[in-house]
Amino acid sequence: MKVPPALRPWTGVLALGIALALPTGGALARKKDKEAAVETPYPSTYRPYPGRPTALVGATVYDGRGGRIDNGTVLFENGRLVAVGGPDLAVPDGYIRVDAAGKFVTPGVIDAHSHLGDYPSPSVDALADGNEATSPTTPEVWAEHSVWPQDPGFTRALTNGGVTSLMVLPGSANLMGGRSVTLKNVPSLTVQGMKFPGAPYSLKMACGENPKRVYGSKGQKPSTRMGNFAVDRQTWLDAKKYAKDEERDRDLANETLVGVLDGEILVQNHCYRADEMALVIDMAKEMGYKVAAFHHAVEAYKIGDLLKQNDICAAVWADWYGFKMEAYDAIPENAALLQKEGVCVIIHSDSENGIQRLNQEAAKAQADGRRIGIDIPDAQVVSWFTYNPAKAMGVSDRTGSLESGKMADVVLWNGNPLSVYTRPEKVWIDGALMYDALDPKRRPVSDFELGQPGEGDVK
Amino acid sequence: MKRLSVTITVALAGAAALAVPSFVSAQDFAITNATVATGDGSAPIEGGTVVVRGGKVVAAGAGVAVPAGVEVIDGSGKWVTPGIFANYTDLGLFDVQEVSESDDRGSDGSPFNAALDVAPAINPANEHIAISREGGVTRASVTPFNGNSIFAGQGALIDLGADPDAVTKARAFQVVALGEGGAKLAGGSRVAAYVALRNALREAKDVAAMTPGADRKSDAMLTRADAAALAPVIAGTQPLYVEVERAADIRSVLSLKRDFPKLDLVLVGASEGWLVAGEIATAGVPVIAMALNDLPAQFDRIAATQSNVGRMKRAGVKVAIGMLANDNQPRYAPQEAGNLVALNRIPGAAGLSWGEALAAITSVPAEISGMDGRNGHMRAGVLAPGAVGDVVVWDGDPLELSSAPLQVWIDGVKQPLDNHQSRLKERYKDLDRTYLPKAYDW
Repeated sequence: MKVPPALRPWTGVLALGIALALPTGGALARKKDKEAAVETPYPSTYRPYPGRPTALVGATVYDGRGGRIDNGTVLFENGRLVAVGGPDLAVPDGYIRVDAAGKFVTPGVIDAHSHLGDYPSPSVDALADGNEATSPTTPEVWAEHSVWPQDPGFTRALTNGGVTSLMVLPGSANLMGGRSVTLKNVPSLTVQGMKFPGAPYSLKMACGENPKRVYGSKGQKPSTRMGNFAVDRQTWLDAKKYAKDEERDRDLANETLVGVLDGEILVQNHCYRADEMALVIDMAKEMGYKVAAFHHAVEAYKIGDLLKQNDICAAVWADWYGFKMEAYDAIPENAALLQKEGVCVIIHSDSENGIQRLNQEAAKAQADGRRIGIDIPDAQVVSWFTYNPAKAMGVSDRTGSLESGKMADVVLWNGNPLSVYTRPEKVWIDGALMYDALDPKRRPVSDFELGQPGEGDVK
Repeated sequence: MKRLSVTITVALAGAAALAVPSFVSAQDFAITNATVATGDGSAPIEGGTVVVRGGKVVAAGAGVAVPAGVEVIDGSGKWVTPGIFANYTDLGLFDVQEVSESDDRGSDGSPFNAALDVAPAINPANEHIAISREGGVTRASVTPFNGNSIFAGQGALIDLGADPDAVTKARAFQVVALGEGGAKLAGGSRVAAYVALRNALREAKDVAAMTPGADRKSDAMLTRADAAALAPVIAGTQPLYVEVERAADIRSVLSLKRDFPKLDLVLVGASEGWLVAGEIATAGVPVIAMALNDLPAQFDRIAATQSNVGRMKRAGVKVAIGMLANDNQPRYAPQEAGNLVALNRIPGAAGLSWGEALAAITSVPAEISGMDGRNGHMRAGVLAPGAVGDVVVWDGDPLELSSAPLQVWIDGVKQPLDNHQSRLKERYKDLDRTYLPKAYDW
């Protein structure tokens, strides 16, 4: 079994050049084919937008890793967090001072499961590009090649949800849906202009009802859960053979799979049922890879101990229920029960609406836990939509928490983010103010909405 | 409405729980010292009292005397509201959305449309009803989904009591889809949808005017059952719920009253209602809207915003938060209402006051459903004398994310709050499987 990919050291945005932006570098470097390997295909062109040295003073600060500072001060400059402390932390000269008394500060919200851009609004067939449902295994497709940067959903996630980073995944029609892309939630003409510099790729996998339904209904394999596993296993065996082939040609599908086997590409596995997650864990051991997170994982609460033993995050909804057979045993206490077992809990959205309220979903899940005697402090609940998703996405060394040197992805909330009455007031991404509820022009409007009814409206 | 009804109580015998039916009657009770929100749009009252006798609210508010002989429940630190009234739900019509055998919401293969009547299909023991009840939802309107016609059929009003008697009013409203949804069903365009609607209403008129046993005109396109089902719509005795989103489509719907003046219209959706709010208000047509859709999810809702409900309300439209179907579970209604309160602190946005927000999920949907106490109708969604005894005691502010119901009464009958989910929660509170598999833990 491969060890999980080591998180690369944070060396600053400007230093994140070729080397760090090359998650499959190791696999490609060993290739013997004559084709010139493109070292950084579709490289990130994102650069932090200009910001001003800023001090948020007097807020309740949740650092994203379980820490809480009352009457705290957060300093950032040049796109990075400089210091996070209490009232004794001095505000250096030249800093803009934002009075945050009575307000709350958290790291930028992170969604580990989004289809924004791939299934954008308006949801018309012409823009529905999230499932390459023509073969049960398509590890060769990359979600970034479907992202429509003008999706208005990105702007709603920013302004209502405080979302600063997100992972866009291919859909779950296929057993192996393709590569994810991790984005900074900045408006951009191109997906490259949103790509999170140096973020590792992930492979989206799916078990259960979806693949067997999609292909079974076409009279193809897989049409059963055992078919799902058979196709997965054979595909892995073929990838291992490819990896050993000294004379191999480039093959996009196998490049992704070898990246997984080399520990350079993470696995995000859509899976609902406890028994199936247990089987996937064994498949990963059999084939020599690791699952970073089970997504949806509505029955994870039945196997919290197993997930903890295997160091796998569970990315869950607060209380979605009963929409499909494999969601019949979903319970609202899922997240809290997992936290009790020490599992890395993520509240994810899988929804252009839910991504606007990850903080609220986490708050509901926290309360459902409290009612069965599981008390989880607010500061820890905040990690469910900040640090923990960053961890599962392989970027927690750079964002997801308020720590010196990390990206200044910060939300100033106009109240407790775990209250229904609270909204983001200001959102900074790499220290640049990208949303201000108090400034009507500091609000992105996508090309699609320009000149149409409601342009620039509060949404 | 039942004074005597069957409910399910759980008798605990050792480790085993045995479900047995028993007859219980409505309790007479008073909740005192609580924060009482009556659901009529007013602000909550501290130190309030609610009295329920014979299944009906007798009094609610401050300075209410507790009659002798009723059970007194101390509401200190608690909030009391009327039960949530969930408008435009699919409760009781499906077990699992994607398990088609369990799903009675749409009838794609049926030769009938307007005649379809959800009432006999509603399953009071349905899990989604139980889960919604646990969430404080006590009443709902239940709508069919469109099959192969712009007419979806007739919806019902239900209570969510744990008894066999769910339907309080069958055939409470007829549903028609216009806009993008109707266009597809009518043959590909809004043009076709309006012709289909007008033709159907004309055939309904013809059938209503026929002498019994007479033959219909040879160009009839609706089945007799469907045409007959639309007669109360033409007569204005059954409301016509119109699914429509775009401002222009809303105007077209409102103009239907020129040719069919008795139509009792209710707009469902109206994502762009705020653009024509004055016209909707002038027409006196109520709206059932989603609170939080703020994306141009289709071309018919380009101007969608969370301020839609608040702006319509300010313009004088009677607007309820609803469309609590599919993934939008009825128990989310308080969260959605709370979100509209949050909007008041965002410059440029239009929200609701706290009292208005609660009303938008209690008294307003009840009124739109005709449960307004007038003309001999039941009154629901409000804690006022004579209203049904649907009462929820919450452990905090009912619109807040951290709050949940502690006790729920429907028609004065205290309700069980357990269900499939709560049983799973109990079973998996710990993961100990040392001595026996989890299957023995029940």
